[in-house]
Amino acid sequence: MILNRFGDRIFKIIVYFILILVLLVTFLPFWNILVLSLNSAEDTVRGGVYLWPRDLTLDSYQQILKDSEILNGLWVTVKRTLIGAPLSVLVITMLAYPLSRRNLVGRKGWNLYFIFTMYFSGGLIPFYMVLKALNMIDTFSVFILPSLMNVFYMIIVRTFMEQLPHEIEESARVDGANDLTIFFRIVMPLTTPVLATIGLFQAIGHWNAWFDSYAFTYSSDLKTLQAVLVKILNQFQTGGMISQSQMLANSAKRNAVSSDTIRMAATMVATLPIVMVYPFLQKYFVKGMTLGAVKS
Amino acid sequence: MHKVSAIKTVRSNNLISRLKEQKWLFVLMLPAFIATLLFSYGPMFGLYMAFTNYQPGGGSFLYQFFHAEFVGFQWFEYFFTTGDFYRVMRNTLATSLLTLFFGFPAPIILALVLNEARQGFFKRFVQTVSYLPHFISWVIAANIVITLLASDGMLNNILVLLGIVKEPVAFLQNGPLFWWIIALSNMWKEMGFSAIMYLAAIASINPELYEAARVDGASRFKQMWHITLPSMRPTIVILAILAVGGILNAGFEQQYLLQNNTVLEYSEVIDIYAYKYGLQNSMFSYGAAVGMFKSVVAFILVLIVNRISRKVNDQALF
Repeated sequence: MILNRFGDRIFKIIVYFILILVLLVTFLPFWNILVLSLNSAEDTVRGGVYLWPRDLTLDSYQQILKDSEILNGLWVTVKRTLIGAPLSVLVITMLAYPLSRRNLVGRKGWNLYFIFTMYFSGGLIPFYMVLKALNMIDTFSVFILPSLMNVFYMIIVRTFMEQLPHEIEESARVDGANDLTIFFRIVMPLTTPVLATIGLFQAIGHWNAWFDSYAFTYSSDLKTLQAVLVKILNQFQTGGMISQSQMLANSAKRNAVSSDTIRMAATMVATLPIVMVYPFLQKYFVKGMTLGAVKS
Repeated sequence: MHKVSAIKTVRSNNLISRLKEQKWLFVLMLPAFIATLLFSYGPMFGLYMAFTNYQPGGGSFLYQFFHAEFVGFQWFEYFFTTGDFYRVMRNTLATSLLTLFFGFPAPIILALVLNEARQGFFKRFVQTVSYLPHFISWVIAANIVITLLASDGMLNNILVLLGIVKEPVAFLQNGPLFWWIIALSNMWKEMGFSAIMYLAAIASINPELYEAARVDGASRFKQMWHITLPSMRPTIVILAILAVGGILNAGFEQQYLLQNNTVLEYSEVIDIYAYKYGLQNSMFSYGAAVGMFKSVVAFILVLIVNRISRKVNDQALF
């Protein structure tokens, strides 16, 4: 027993060592970006700024507030998040309810129809062709319509609905309510916690999306914040490879010295809303994930 | 005879009346049905173009689509016989296998370790922070990785300070190292979030098992090894099936955002290749064929692994 207690103590030390390591490894990179975004551009070039700003300034954030490309990107991103997330939650929930009903005609077939798309897809090029055939290329709808459905989230909602007590539904039916009334007035309100979960996931998906804007839109007023960030990142990536003069030419619009800190500040602007939102919804999405895991 | 047909009509009447009864349920399903038809089945139907020589321009899209010259498996042969196939598959498999090697055990270990920590603020804090990278986009993650790995970045600074390297290492300009960076950054991003599934499995373990083990004098480590870990097995198996099925999904975003001209030979995975030829170079049929090769192999892999797992473990996805 004494030997055990000694071993347990060492075990505990190892456990906390790993936890602290995980904490540092996940946290420090974010902290470093924040510090760099708060340091003056001229000073950052000299290097050596890691854990604490040496020359504290809000310059780069002020520059971002003047950058029309970034501001427009922010606006497009906010718009698609506010429109896209609630709509897709509605569509997903409207599908989950019928599929949660055991007596639905053709239930197995419907499930197969939707779940098959989780395992097989046409791939990017035919997807692009479909968008083109629907005249959706270079329109705002390309941000909203293709992401309306998500089978994985549907399964989470369906599983939750299957566990709801059916007595309430039955008594509403006796009172003469039809399926629509039951869905909107009874089932949906009872499902709110799970809807918040998938709503959060979809909202973050919209907030983070860049590829649809990058590959399927051309006009600059349809570029999302993340797509603008990709552009800045690309300039920086090639900037490191080619000569200094070319880099200056590339970022003529943004001051070459400050482009690095602008990149940091823009990264922070794209990150902060998420950092502020998700800890509050954490207990919901953990529950939602586990629910989905049970059945799928 | 009469009886049988009578039963049949009763049944079909029954079906019609049930359909009528459930009409609102079908109305509810309609938007999802249409969205899936257009955006999931539409592209599957569009895979037909992988067997044709589709040329953009002139006439409507659908006209071009249906009147393109049928060439059979020509694009697939082309893909297999160019030197590109070897390089693209090498990069895809190398990245995937390394990602699996680092990314698969990490959340299991994290869940085990979190489970051993005392309930309290510290544990909750670690958990919350470890989820964070999952919720940021790869654009932001790439920005962070590039900043961290730069020659004057934090990692090089630490390595030089500790005397592990003399000169800063140009991590992102080193070809083979690129695969490791993808794998490790992937692990960094998803480790915390993937641990949720395992923590859920741990939460459902019967506490009496631990009590019995304690009476038998098992140390904390032995309890973890002989009770917690085996109880996670079903979850581990299911997630392993999914992981192996997705072995050709080496990723797109990570490579695309982290690559630069010096590592192109190593960063081009199958999805990037399909994108490059299909959309950037407008070789639509070729891009579709490459993408189709990937989808079909991935689908077959899922079926095979699923069947094996059902035989060996009595566990399967479907």
